[in-house]
Amino acid sequence: MFAFIVRRLLQASMVMLVVAFIAFSLFQYVGDPVLSMLGQDATSEQRAQLRADLGLNEPFYVQFAHFVGNAVQGEFGVSYRQGRKVSELLAERFPATLELAVCAALIALITGIPMGVYTALKRGGFLSQLFMGISLLGVSLPVFLVGIFFILFFAVLLGWLPSYGRGEVVQWGRFSTGLITVDGLKHIVLPAITLALFQLALIMRMVRAEMLEVQRTDYIKFARARGLSERLVNFSYALKNTLVPVITIVGLQLGSLIAFAIVTETVFQWPGMGLLFIQSVQTADVPIMAAYLVMISFVFVSINLVVDMLYVMVDPRLRVDPSGAGRH
Amino acid sequence: MPSIQNYNSDQYGEAPLLELRHLQVEFPTRKGLLRALDDVSFSIMRGETLGVVGESGAGKSLTGAAIIGLLEPPGRIAGGEIWLEGRRIDSHSPEAMRKLRGKEIAAIFQDPLTSLNPLFTVGRQLTDTIQTHLSLTYSQSRQRAVELLARTGIPAPELRIDHYPHQFSGGMRQRVVIALALAAEPKLIIADEPTTALDVSIQAQIIRLLKQVSRDLGTSIMLITHDMGVIAETADRVAVMYAGRVAEIGAVDAMIHRPKHPYTKGLMASIPSIRAHRDRLAQIEGAMPRLDVIPKGCAFNPRCAARFSRCLIERPELQDAGESRAACWALSQ
Amino acid sequence: MLKQWLDGPVLYSFSQSRLAQFAAVVALLMICGALFAPWLAPLNPFDLASLDLNDSLLPPAWAAQGQGKYVLGTDDQGRDVLSTILYGSRISLLVGFSSVLLAMFLGVGLGLLSGFLGGRLDAIIMRIADVQLSFPAILIALLIDGVARVVFADQGHGDQMAILVLIGSISLANWVSYARTVRGSTLVEKNKEYVQAARVIGVPAIAIMIKHVLPNVMGPVLVIATINIATAIITEATLSFLGVGVPPTTPSLGTMINNGNNFLYSGEWWLVVFPGLALVLLCMSVNLLGDWLRDALNPKLQ
Repeated sequence: MFAFIVRRLLQASMVMLVVAFIAFSLFQYVGDPVLSMLGQDATSEQRAQLRADLGLNEPFYVQFAHFVGNAVQGEFGVSYRQGRKVSELLAERFPATLELAVCAALIALITGIPMGVYTALKRGGFLSQLFMGISLLGVSLPVFLVGIFFILFFAVLLGWLPSYGRGEVVQWGRFSTGLITVDGLKHIVLPAITLALFQLALIMRMVRAEMLEVQRTDYIKFARARGLSERLVNFSYALKNTLVPVITIVGLQLGSLIAFAIVTETVFQWPGMGLLFIQSVQTADVPIMAAYLVMISFVFVSINLVVDMLYVMVDPRLRVDPSGAGRH
Repeated sequence: MPSIQNYNSDQYGEAPLLELRHLQVEFPTRKGLLRALDDVSFSIMRGETLGVVGESGAGKSLTGAAIIGLLEPPGRIAGGEIWLEGRRIDSHSPEAMRKLRGKEIAAIFQDPLTSLNPLFTVGRQLTDTIQTHLSLTYSQSRQRAVELLARTGIPAPELRIDHYPHQFSGGMRQRVVIALALAAEPKLIIADEPTTALDVSIQAQIIRLLKQVSRDLGTSIMLITHDMGVIAETADRVAVMYAGRVAEIGAVDAMIHRPKHPYTKGLMASIPSIRAHRDRLAQIEGAMPRLDVIPKGCAFNPRCAARFSRCLIERPELQDAGESRAACWALSQ
Repeated sequence: MLKQWLDGPVLYSFSQSRLAQFAAVVALLMICGALFAPWLAPLNPFDLASLDLNDSLLPPAWAAQGQGKYVLGTDDQGRDVLSTILYGSRISLLVGFSSVLLAMFLGVGLGLLSGFLGGRLDAIIMRIADVQLSFPAILIALLIDGVARVVFADQGHGDQMAILVLIGSISLANWVSYARTVRGSTLVEKNKEYVQAARVIGVPAIAIMIKHVLPNVMGPVLVIATINIATAIITEATLSFLGVGVPPTTPSLGTMINNGNNFLYSGEWWLVVFPGLALVLLCMSVNLLGDWLRDALNPKLQ
């Protein structure tokens, strides 16, 4: 068990190093950072000075080592376009993205799982077909389209909800939240639902599929043969067997929330890290791109680690031998 | 235990525990209506072990499923009656059926590994069953669960009650399964191939356990298997099924040594014996017909050496053949 | 073989499913519309000479100020929305299909190699696959696209490169499922007697892989591909919407929607709704077809 954890940590570190390397290599391609920062009018002495300061004269591996060292401390240099420290920019935008992602995740889980269970147990019913229809939409529509249609309908046509930005925000030290103001809440509704829709559909379909398969197993058949009540069989036994494999995938899906947050933030002009990243790609602002790359990889790798741990905790068969991932 | 030979419900004073009368089970399929069980009738007495044998697809498991009300849709009972202790149960509501399962009739299946829920302790699965049918407190249920485990031969039951299924070996798991079946003191256990998935050495233990349970608790057992050896060891009577019908039924000794139906004769002859020396293994030519192409008349007629004209036209009923009852026209000649 | 397929469960299931038939019809219509755009489109949105700025921002023909010539209205440059949708679908479909083909080629190839040759190659490829799988495809496409843009930024060829880079990044994001499936099947087939017999005779590994193993693994690959087409189209649309997909001179449905987004408030809703609907129809029909195909080819459900 311990060996398992150590091995996974090592794997994770390897991945992070590779990512850091890719991120670092970006800097080699972008033309002259000195030029971008000082502009055309700088003298050659100023440029040489800046080169030395930035450590651009050092050999590759030394620069890489510096990069990694800094990255670990959260230090990614200065944005080419905005002239501010990348770490500051990221810290500023982080709460917005976190809020959005967490709300969307909660919505997706709290609605997706029950809907999945319902459609598995009551196949063919009207409500089930409705849910399946919604899930089809959620899975086949691009996130940005959903967002735009929501804006069109709820903001432009009906005027019930605002269509962009974060609204009123309360600052707590370095953290800001819009959730405690009514205005902030109004602003987060549409983006959160947009972001949640895809996940919701996916979770629902997965839970449904798992539940249907579990219903066909021998142990559920045996449970019924023993005369256990439907409630016990479905909601005590079958549900637990269903959720165990679903947990891992859900965990990974939550990671993709962060990816789709990029799109949602763009559609709703939500001031988060995703929007920052898109802008950096459009303007080839490499420090931000590199930082985002490293950070997002870190988030994903961590999520994967946590999910693996969770799996071991929940499935008793794995406590003996974690590398043998069981089914049902 | 008196040897019950030709049992006929109006001959003897004692009423049967379970009685199947002309049971029919059908499956609507893309190609039409398939009749999986066609006019199956037999009874099981209290405390008796009835073996039900036949090839794969003969309808043995389906009979068990129909009795306990767990036929998989779209299969359904299309005719006939099932009587338990003088009450008709095939027309019970789902809720009434549920109360019956586990309490009056229990079922155990072939693979003990997949029969137990891997995410719940053995104790939990036991206490849930006990508490569903008996009104006991949790600690009483737990006590009873430990007793059940002890009765089915599991060592250190107070310890193992909190173990998960994967922590038991194959034979132990089947014992747990049997314990679960006994939890609410059923009168009949339908055992569907209980030893097939086990090692040969473990098979003997489980068979012994089943016999012991039947003796000690007076439980009837419907033992479904294709293994004649198990039947010889355990059953009081045997029913041989073929293509959804009963070919022959009688006391185990008579059936094994003096079978009357050509199919039963073929079955018994094809069992290799360690002692007897034979150059070739005997086998019955041909194969059991698929359910959608059952021949007219007697289902066995294409493979039967003793067939004649009547066999091709009229389907034989079970009739008295001395020590057993067999569905064969050749016997009444 | 064709007769066997025609008799088989796939076609039967198709004939039973109204939804699949409907989806197939819609998908076919859209593909034809896109393919024959130059002939079907009433106007050519790329012909700068034919654009008349006076005709810009006209609503659809049935609205008050619409003109019959522009059935679905015009955008801010005077381009006919219907024509642009037809041409735009072309680009979307082009990118979608190409990236799926490329991903399939890459993934199946790597899967075959990995499964057949085993050893370190297998370990490396699978390790990369595992890591990549922990990231969502769209993120990978976005990252590769972003990085590639930076790398190729100085090197001119702007537009052509952009589309190639786009196709490349979407394929690179999606090869993994093909590779894993094919590898699994290859491992199974590898131990079968006909493969061992071929090896004994001395048939070269590549020939074995292509002639024997490949036909047996194509079933699941096709299912993955169909589902993949929908995701590829969505990915392209999303990237274009974000401004990092196709270049603005060859608009796809995604870029149209991005553009139209700016006019939502001023009331020119048709700039978003019609391309949006086109995209929805396209995605849903391909998705439904993929779903049906997956169910039809699933041996467990037969």
